[in-house]
Amino acid sequence: MAVRIVYKHKIATRWMHWVNFPVLTIMIWSGMLIYWANDIYQVKIGNTVVVRFFPEWFYKWLNIPYRLSEGMAFHFVFMWLFIINGLLYVTYTAVSGEWRYLLPNRHSFKESWQVVLHDLGIRKLAPAQLKYNAAQRVAYTMIIVMGFGSVITGLAIYKPVQIQWLTNLCGGYEAARLEHFILTVGYVLFFLIHILQVIKAGWNNFRAMVAGFEVIKEKPPVQNK
Amino acid sequence: MKEIQVDSVGARKYKRKSLLAFLVFFAMIAIGWAGWKWLLRQPLDNGIRGGIQQPLRKVLDINEEVYSGLYSTKHLIKEYPRTAAAKKARVNGYVGLAADTFDPSTWKLQVVKASGDTLFIPMDDIKKLPKIDVVFNFKCIEGWSQITWWSGVRFSELIKHYGLEKEANMKFVGMNTPDEEYYVGIDMPSVLQPQTILCYELNGQPLPMNQGYPLRLIIPVKYGVKHLKRIGTISFSNTRPPDYWAERGYDYYTGL
Repeated sequence: MAVRIVYKHKIATRWMHWVNFPVLTIMIWSGMLIYWANDIYQVKIGNTVVVRFFPEWFYKWLNIPYRLSEGMAFHFVFMWLFIINGLLYVTYTAVSGEWRYLLPNRHSFKESWQVVLHDLGIRKLAPAQLKYNAAQRVAYTMIIVMGFGSVITGLAIYKPVQIQWLTNLCGGYEAARLEHFILTVGYVLFFLIHILQVIKAGWNNFRAMVAGFEVIKEKPPVQNK
Repeated sequence: MKEIQVDSVGARKYKRKSLLAFLVFFAMIAIGWAGWKWLLRQPLDNGIRGGIQQPLRKVLDINEEVYSGLYSTKHLIKEYPRTAAAKKARVNGYVGLAADTFDPSTWKLQVVKASGDTLFIPMDDIKKLPKIDVVFNFKCIEGWSQITWWSGVRFSELIKHYGLEKEANMKFVGMNTPDEEYYVGIDMPSVLQPQTILCYELNGQPLPMNQGYPLRLIIPVKYGVKHLKRIGTISFSNTRPPDYWAERGYDYYTGL
């Protein structure tokens, strides 16, 4: 029986993807240790607090309280790995030509809506795609833009006097802190959807992110009697 | 995407390839996990800078090199009109401010010179030096900030007036509260920044006790932890002076 081997992810992409996962996890964790010391953000409708960042049980569960200095130490060490890995990825994607599969084109925004409807089981047919579908193109490009945003807003909070123009660009010190926080919430939401989609896409897709290729068994040819 | 057709023999080869990739994948997870555990197990540094794993401290010291390269005394913090300042400045931290051991009537600023001689400077002499306002967004290491209005004498003015040029060529300034319970060490370029002041007024009034009466440091290029309240002694050195929060795991430089 014939089998098709489809090469999907380059080895560089796979490495950078899997390095980013623990590094970003450490950045988010240490970021929460820092945020705890001034945990002022909440979502309100009228006078009702809908979401409080974060409730006591959440802090307790993750052992967050009273670890500000530790959080800052880890944050300002692992930021280097996050930045270097991110720059390598962007450079690689640009130079290797992989950007052709990744950047949204003029159809992507309309099509990504169709992908969402399809994934929710509302629409029967998914639009035709290459390596990534339209929704993936939008999401994977967005996440890189968000990465840049985190570095910029992070620097704006970290050195608001020496790199004052950057802080001003973010709308000031406190605005930069809020933006940095919102971007992080964005990563967590991305992560949740990403995990669901990976589970839904199945083994072959996951294997491609580890081994690089998919193995597709050809259907036996239809026999004419 | 590149695509090839293989027969069943070829398919087995790809099965092996896939297995190998997963072995490497799990090995990398194990190595990463072991590395993380190793980092957490590293002895905490103790001394002038303490409380965190030594490899982390090494990187923080590299960060200090990077950011002090970025630093310029010409980079001024944005100043606001007095009316923008909070009526009630937030009070945070009481270490070194115990009331029972402190007698304001006998207080004099002590400046230890390089020669070992100590200058005793009364408040009246400090007030004779040119007074400036600094209205800026005060930033706490905890993450909050507040626009506040402080007045006092430029640190660089003190250097000039008392002929401390030799001391100003040293690398660090150390400051203690009179009871020596709280202390900071600060790099000289930050201390000589023109908005760094020896402050004796908040909102145009003498400093309240809990804000460091009679004299405190205001140094806008640093987080609040370095703005020592109730200065007892100022000294100069080429080695890092002790720093209360750096001993407890915080970055020594904490430059903004």
